[in-house]
Amino acid sequence: MVEHIHSDGEEPAVTLDAFLSQSNATAVRLEPDEDARALIPHLDRLALIEVAFPKFRDGRGYSSARILREAGYAGELRAQGDVLVDQIAYMKRCGFDTFAPEKELNSAHVEAALARWPEHYQGAADGAVPIWKLRHG
Amino acid sequence: MYKYDEYDHAMVDARVAEFSDQVRRRLAGEITEDQFKPLRLMNGLYLQLHAYMLRVAVPYGTLDSRQMRMLAHIARKYDRDYGHFTTRQNIQYNWIKLEDAPAILEDLASVEMHAIQTSGNCIRNISSDQWAGAAADEITDPRPWAELLRQWSSFHPEFSYLPRKFKIAVIAANEDRAAMRLHDIGIQIVDKDGQHGAAFYVGGGMGRTPMIAPLIKDFVPLDDMLSYAEACLRVYNRYGRRDNIYKARIKILIHELGADEYRRQVEEEFKHVKSLGIDPPKAEFDRIAAQFAPPPLDASAPDAIDRSDPDFAVWVDQNVAAHKVSGHAIVNISLKPIGGIPGDASSAQIDLMADLAEKYSHDELRVTHAQNIVLPHVRKADLYAVWQALDAAGLATPNLDLISDIIACPGLDYCSLANARSIPVAQKIATRFSDLGRQKELGELKLKISGCINACGHHHAGHIGILGVDRKGTENYQLSLGGSGAEDVSLGTITGPGFDEDGVVDAIERVTDKYLAERTEGERFVDTFRRVGMAPFKEAIYG
Repeated sequence: MVEHIHSDGEEPAVTLDAFLSQSNATAVRLEPDEDARALIPHLDRLALIEVAFPKFRDGRGYSSARILREAGYAGELRAQGDVLVDQIAYMKRCGFDTFAPEKELNSAHVEAALARWPEHYQGAADGAVPIWKLRHG
Repeated sequence: MYKYDEYDHAMVDARVAEFSDQVRRRLAGEITEDQFKPLRLMNGLYLQLHAYMLRVAVPYGTLDSRQMRMLAHIARKYDRDYGHFTTRQNIQYNWIKLEDAPAILEDLASVEMHAIQTSGNCIRNISSDQWAGAAADEITDPRPWAELLRQWSSFHPEFSYLPRKFKIAVIAANEDRAAMRLHDIGIQIVDKDGQHGAAFYVGGGMGRTPMIAPLIKDFVPLDDMLSYAEACLRVYNRYGRRDNIYKARIKILIHELGADEYRRQVEEEFKHVKSLGIDPPKAEFDRIAAQFAPPPLDASAPDAIDRSDPDFAVWVDQNVAAHKVSGHAIVNISLKPIGGIPGDASSAQIDLMADLAEKYSHDELRVTHAQNIVLPHVRKADLYAVWQALDAAGLATPNLDLISDIIACPGLDYCSLANARSIPVAQKIATRFSDLGRQKELGELKLKISGCINACGHHHAGHIGILGVDRKGTENYQLSLGGSGAEDVSLGTITGPGFDEDGVVDAIERVTDKYLAERTEGERFVDTFRRVGMAPFKEAIYG
C-alpha cells in the first residue's frame, strides 16, 4: 500500500555511480537515463531503490521498476519526484511499493485511484492475475 | 464481431468512472491543465482551435449497426450533427464541451465502445484491413490478432508514458490496405509450414521524417506475439529519445541504432520477457477468434448482377470489390462527394449506413484508413437496393481510389497544429476533376493532403501528396509524387517550389496531363512516375 515516506533516520540513497564504486551502501537512487540492470548483481544487499521521476511524462522509470522486480528484487522500490495521483496505479503495477511525491497527495484520492481497476488485461510486476488467466482458469 | 464479456465491461466502466473523476477535478480547479492534458489525451480529448475534439476508437475499424447508431446519436446530441471519420479508422467530433465528455463516454460504454488511448503517448487504437474477413486474398482474419493486441495494450502500466505515440497495424493479406509499413509496428500474419505467425515490421511512420519500417522478425509464433511486442516496446521506452519531440518516435531510434542493433536488443529482451509468462494460452486466442467466425453466407447465392441501370453499373465497377464467398461482394461507401469534406458524415447518413449494415451486411460495418465506410458482406442480389438507398442519401459517389477519393486531415479549419487548410484544397481538386469520365481515364490515383508536417493526411504515401506549410504568413502547398501506402510502399518526392491554393490545383492538372501523355498500356499513375522519374513531371509543372 501507499505510504507517505518520512525520511527521518533513513540511510540516504546514493547515486548509481557512487553505489557501484562503494560496496557498503544499501540504498540507491536511479535516474531515468540509468540502466536498472546495472543493479542486478547487487540486489540482495539493497534495502531501497529510489527511482526518480523528474517529470511525470518521462516513463522510463516504469521499465526500470519492472526490470528490478523481474530480476527478483524484493526490497523497497520507491517512486520519487513528479509522482501524481493519476500515475500511481500504473506505478504500483510496475512494482513500486512506496511513493515519495514532491507535492503531497490527497490520500483519499490515492486510495480511490488504487481501488479503481477491478482487474487487469496484462501481467505486470504486481502479481495481479491477468484477465486472460481469469477467463481460462 | 468481438463481444465484451464481464471483464471487458468492467474495464471500460472503470475508465469512465476514472475520467469522470478527472474531469470533475479539472473543472473544480484541483488539477492544472498541464496535469490534466495527458489524462484527457488518453481519453481521446484534444483542445483544438475552437472547441474540444473527441476521438472515439473503432478497434480495427469494425463496428455493428448498434454502435454506428450510437455514433450518430453522439453527433446529434453533443455535436453539430456530423462526425469525421479518420485515417486511423476512428471517428472524431469537433465541437465537444468538456463537461459533456463523461456522459458521451458513458453512452459509448453502453454499446461496448470507448475513447481509450486514441491520443497521448501510449499505444493507440490498433488498425487493420477494412476488408478483413471478406477479402478474397487474405490468409486468415487478422482481427483476432488485433483484438489480442488491443487487450494487451489497454491500460498497459509500463507503456502509458512512452516517448511519443505508438501505432500498430495488423494485416493478413499480401495486398496492404492498411499502410502497414508506415506504422510504429506493422504486423503481417503469414503462413509458415501451415502455421500462422506474425511478421514484425518496426519503425515506420510519416510525420516530418517519414520512414518505411524494416522487417525486424519474419515469423513470431502466436504464442510469443505479446512477449515480442512487449520486448519491442520496452527497448523503445528505455532508449527512445525524449529530448526532442520531433525525434521521439521509434523510427528515429531504429534509424539511429540501425535495424540490426535494434533487433539484437529486442531479441535479448524477448528472451527475458518470454520467461515472465505474459502470453495468453491458445484457448484465449480461440475464444476471441470464435467471435470473428465468418457470418453464415450462402455460397450458392446468385452471382450475376443486373447491370441494366447504367449509373448503378458505374458504381458497381468502381466501389464494389470481390468477396471471398461466391454470390457476395464488398461494398465501399465513399465519403468523398465532389466538393464535400473528406470523411465527414451527417447523423442521418450514419444512421442510414447502420440500417443498411443491419439489413444487408450481417450487421457489420468498417471504417477505412482512406476515410470511407465498408459494408463487408453484401449479397450481390442486394447490391441494387443498397445502391439506391445510398444514392438517395448522397453516399453513392463512384470514386473509390480515383483522384477525388482524397484523404485530407482537418487542417487549419479545426486543428491547432495545422499551418494551412486542407479541406478547401481537397474540395477544389475534386471539383476540378469532377467529370467522372476524366477521373476513370486517370485510373487509380491516391491523392493525400496534410495541413502540416505531422502528416495526418498521409501525404508522403500519396501517389500525389500535398503538404500545406506556412510561408511568411501565407498558406503554401508543396507537391510530392510517387508515394504509396500499399504493398508497393514508397515515399513521395517533392516536385520543387510550392504553390498557392489555386496554383497547386493547376499543377496537379499539369501532372495528370503529363501522365496521360507518357503512360503505356495498363500503367497506373504511380507506375509511370516510377518508370520515367521526376524530370518530365517537373518540366510539365514548372516549364
